[in-house]
Amino acid sequence: MAEKMATREAYGNALVELAEKYDFVVLDADLAAATKTGVFKKKYPERFFDCGIAEGNMISVAAGIATTGVIPFASSFAMFAAGRAYEQVRNSVGYPHLNVKIAATHAGVTVGEDGATHQCNEDIALMRTIPGMIILNPADALETRAAIEAAILHDGPVYIRLGRAAAPAVNAEGYQFEIGKGYTLADGKDITIVATGYMTHIALEAAKLLEAEGVSARVINMPTIKPLDTAILEKAARETGAIVTVEEHSIVGGLGGAVCEALAESCPVPVTRVGVPDCYGRSASAGEMLTFMNLTAESIAARAKETIARRV
Amino acid sequence: MEQVKLDQLKEIARQIRIGVIEGTYHAKSGHPGGSLSIADVLAYLYFEEMNIDPQNPKMPERDRFVLSKGHTAPALYATLAARGFFPVEDLKTLRKIDSYLQGHPDMKGTPGVDMSTGSLGLGISAACGMALSAKYRGEDYRVYTIVGDGESEEGQVWEAAMFAAHYKLDNLVAFIDLNGLQIDGKITEVMNPTPHDEKLKAFGWNVITINAHDFEEIAAALAAARACKGKPTAIIACSVKGKGVSFMEDKADWHGKAPNADEYAQAMAELNGEGK
Repeated sequence: MAEKMATREAYGNALVELAEKYDFVVLDADLAAATKTGVFKKKYPERFFDCGIAEGNMISVAAGIATTGVIPFASSFAMFAAGRAYEQVRNSVGYPHLNVKIAATHAGVTVGEDGATHQCNEDIALMRTIPGMIILNPADALETRAAIEAAILHDGPVYIRLGRAAAPAVNAEGYQFEIGKGYTLADGKDITIVATGYMTHIALEAAKLLEAEGVSARVINMPTIKPLDTAILEKAARETGAIVTVEEHSIVGGLGGAVCEALAESCPVPVTRVGVPDCYGRSASAGEMLTFMNLTAESIAARAKETIARRV
Repeated sequence: MEQVKLDQLKEIARQIRIGVIEGTYHAKSGHPGGSLSIADVLAYLYFEEMNIDPQNPKMPERDRFVLSKGHTAPALYATLAARGFFPVEDLKTLRKIDSYLQGHPDMKGTPGVDMSTGSLGLGISAACGMALSAKYRGEDYRVYTIVGDGESEEGQVWEAAMFAAHYKLDNLVAFIDLNGLQIDGKITEVMNPTPHDEKLKAFGWNVITINAHDFEEIAAALAAARACKGKPTAIIACSVKGKGVSFMEDKADWHGKAPNADEYAQAMAELNGEGK
């Protein structure tokens, strides 16, 4: 297992690593140092275009670039890439189904000290409403590298959600990532914890806590939110009878919302959505914010037991 | 300009205006006013200026056009039809459920449409992206866009203006269709975006002001744009909204309203030279 690394850092490294293999350009909105596109800028300045603090323009520029057959990566914080520029993503990129890759960093409450205005807990919900949009939320550095390459190879818009905080590896070397697939990290029969992004390693910790109490929890890593791997979810619902979703995103419209929508129509079982409970964040360290929002292994384990108790 | 060519362009512009009236009349909706104001500029772009091939609409080295003021799609469709991208007869299907002529331009469905537009302010940015890509790849195609004067109230237009000058996109030409009217009235009364020339100069653009209905002036401005290096060119095209149909001219009311049967008959009679 590799050491801890923020997925934004893995993104910057992946851009450099893949630069000779694929023809793409990188756009940023004055956040290259933070989004880590700066490492690409340093190595390939002729392929890097700063758009200044004008995210709406950046997304529509990216769309224009994509019409000419060049793949643009457009990066900013999730708040601005998905929030500020939502309509540009929807109309300039989504509607014409253009080959634009939006790599949005600083998603979720682990942004930390910058506080509520910068902690974007709504981006998955926003992006999910756009027809044809692929949404990837990698859990660790290895998965990020694979997701970036998969995004390049996919012809169409992709939104990649990345984090600021260092995340431990959850995937082993040799891991084969595929868009649209969930991965069972730990098997179990009493309940399934479905996690995405930064929360995946915390979900694994929760499963260990449950194991110590005699509860067998399956853990599924869901790096693709859209299209959702409904097959792995239905199997988990049938076999374990209860689901907990875990994300550092609002419980409205994110992974939890997507899982509920899917299972309600195919295999209804009790589902508990662990996430940001329809509220704003605040200034604190990433760790403090996770505790403040009850996004801890202990809390997930407790919610899992409650969910098992709701099984009919 | 030779009289023969001038006469040809005038005839093409007349056909475009007829297409605008046909389309909006049969659709019973749409935007005739701002479509009529850009008919002459479109005629010149598609029949004189741009390197395009109706038989090969996706030709990689083609010049690009982005209708940033996407609601005036009827004029773009009439131009593309006149140029042979699709049958003129299809203009009557505008806005119908089984038509490929959407209310606003759809690059996926309509031959010759280089960018989907309609939400104001987004098109000029996309045009910047196309022009930037040409620079990046060392290709020499040019990019043209038409921005509405009302549209220029969108902040993104000025983000794009900054971007184009910053990256020295001298392969980009943006027409500002200065017809002076938007849905709610005069642009100077709704939210004054003028003066466009001084603002764009301050943003670092090469700025030329012309009469949008004078082919000699359109031709001279585009030649000057080609000659200008290191800066994008803005052509402030002073136009008359509803140009060519007497009762539509300079009336905000005709921004987004289709002619009824009587109005259609009168408009067609005027455009066919049957007197007013």
